[in-house]
Amino acid sequence: MARLDVADALSRAGTYPHAVLAYVGRDGYPVNIAVDFTPAAHGATVEIGAVDEGLRPDDGQEVELTFSHIRPQPGVGYDERRYVNLWGPATRTGEGLRVAVRRASGWDEADTPFFEYAERGVPAGRSYLDELGAKPRLSRLWTVFLATRLPFLTATLIPVGLGGVVAARDGAFHAQWFVLALVAAVAVHLGLNMANDLFDDANGADAANVTPTPFSGGSRVLQYGLVSRRAMVTGCVALYALSIGLGLFLAAERGWGLLAIGAVGVALSLAYSAPPLRLVHRGLGEPVTALGFGPVMAVGTYFASAGHWSWQPVLASLPVAVLIALVLYVNQIPDRAGDAAAGKRTLIVRLTPAQVQAGYAAGVAAAYACIVAEVAAGVTPVWTLLALGTFPLARRVWDGLRAHYGDPYGLMPAMQSNILLHLLTGLLLVTGYVIAVVS
Amino acid sequence: MSDQSPVLPTAVIELLDAALVGELTVIDETGTPVTYPLIPLSDGNLVYLTSSVLFSRKLRHIKANPKVCLSLTDPVAVAVEPFHRATIQGDARVIEDDPHEGWESLLPLWRAKEPAIDFFLKKRFGIPLFFERSVIEITPRRVLWWEDGRASEPARVYELAGVS
Repeated sequence: MARLDVADALSRAGTYPHAVLAYVGRDGYPVNIAVDFTPAAHGATVEIGAVDEGLRPDDGQEVELTFSHIRPQPGVGYDERRYVNLWGPATRTGEGLRVAVRRASGWDEADTPFFEYAERGVPAGRSYLDELGAKPRLSRLWTVFLATRLPFLTATLIPVGLGGVVAARDGAFHAQWFVLALVAAVAVHLGLNMANDLFDDANGADAANVTPTPFSGGSRVLQYGLVSRRAMVTGCVALYALSIGLGLFLAAERGWGLLAIGAVGVALSLAYSAPPLRLVHRGLGEPVTALGFGPVMAVGTYFASAGHWSWQPVLASLPVAVLIALVLYVNQIPDRAGDAAAGKRTLIVRLTPAQVQAGYAAGVAAAYACIVAEVAAGVTPVWTLLALGTFPLARRVWDGLRAHYGDPYGLMPAMQSNILLHLLTGLLLVTGYVIAVVS
Repeated sequence: MSDQSPVLPTAVIELLDAALVGELTVIDETGTPVTYPLIPLSDGNLVYLTSSVLFSRKLRHIKANPKVCLSLTDPVAVAVEPFHRATIQGDARVIEDDPHEGWESLLPLWRAKEPAIDFFLKKRFGIPLFFERSVIEITPRRVLWWEDGRASEPARVYELAGVS
């Protein structure tokens, strides 16, 4: 329950059909009973109807009035949860009572959705569990799944896949080197996710975020106490070590030019959220993401497979580079209050909602224009135009941004569609290359 | 009117079984009553409620002062025909030896009132702390009963000597 302004609470109380009067009886047990009530038109008082003499509190005694509402949903449970608590001294008025309301609290899930309400309780919950000597836990599989943010690997699979099919089109695809490049890219991505959580925990951005969603607000494993910082650091370092080790091996085997590409990738992933650069704090998260999850991964995979550099994978990855930047862009919308509070001035924090929406439209238009222009210029196969078929998804995201910009949970379908937009556009680009290779 | 009853009267158990929400009143550190709407559960002898550690203030209050009462009074949340009302006073204890799984023994009773809990339990990974829960076990000592639901009238009082 959260503290409410008394006037606001009284106004809310007047909308309930039902109230419960509570006080502490002479035997020390609390008493609560249903009562009829009428909030006074003026002043902070509530008139209570007749109460049986044997159950009336003493004159001047501190009492509580609780107004509670649910809507039963047969076969499901109930919804529309809300309640208001009022406290103050009660004076006897004939058979009834008059309560002078001094303070109030309550909760209405229409104002504070349940998930936000629960999130606001996390510090108290952690503290309570600490006192019990207990720890929250999930299965190891779920913990790893959450801590690494595994589902976001699509951001890596697409550019790596593009690097592979461009190499295949050039007749330079080698499966064993491609697989090693894929493992290195996956490792650096998962390491980056963990590093990002560690830095956002350290700077307070994730703790300040009370409206996380499955797509935004970090993995929360540190905030929920599911994983210790030490374990997170260990996992992060191990993943980076694996990636760097594989990168060195690939560079030694396929050409030292790959070392430069890998170094850029690792540097970008760290500079994204690590001090001193913390590029995402400076509104540069989107270009860094576009570069890292676009050209760097595509050309790195291409180089590992083909053994040499080419502009082709760079160009092929440009549309998905823009789209993955837009995934970050949209996913930062629900985080903007927490980010701003922690001094993480992302692009979303810096822009107005209208500017953010216009920026999204411009980004999508640029991605599709890129696909068309590259085909027109003969750079990419004509079959990659299949990727234009994802436009309805982009439209769905756009509509969602306009309808639910201020509602983190209402925005979730748009965030999901936006991730799908990147994934399906990327898969169709890959498909276009595959058709070109086999036909 | 006061009666001695060894256990919770059947009509009260039926009310507990029907109630989607009851109002639990506890006493805070200043001696002030604080009321929380919660799902009441019963095995026919004792009354149970559960609380996530996310909303643990009531648990602290009960540990400091175990005297509580639970009212079943909202016609919408307690859909019985004909309508009755009851207030159960008793002594509560907080059971939290295993906040992760201990409360799950109450799942069948909870599920009967809120079938959607199974859906949320499957998504436990999304809100893990919500499912770290304590059980509030109330040993009823006295029941105030309004046969016709009119709580402004004198209540029938059951003193429960045999509940343990």
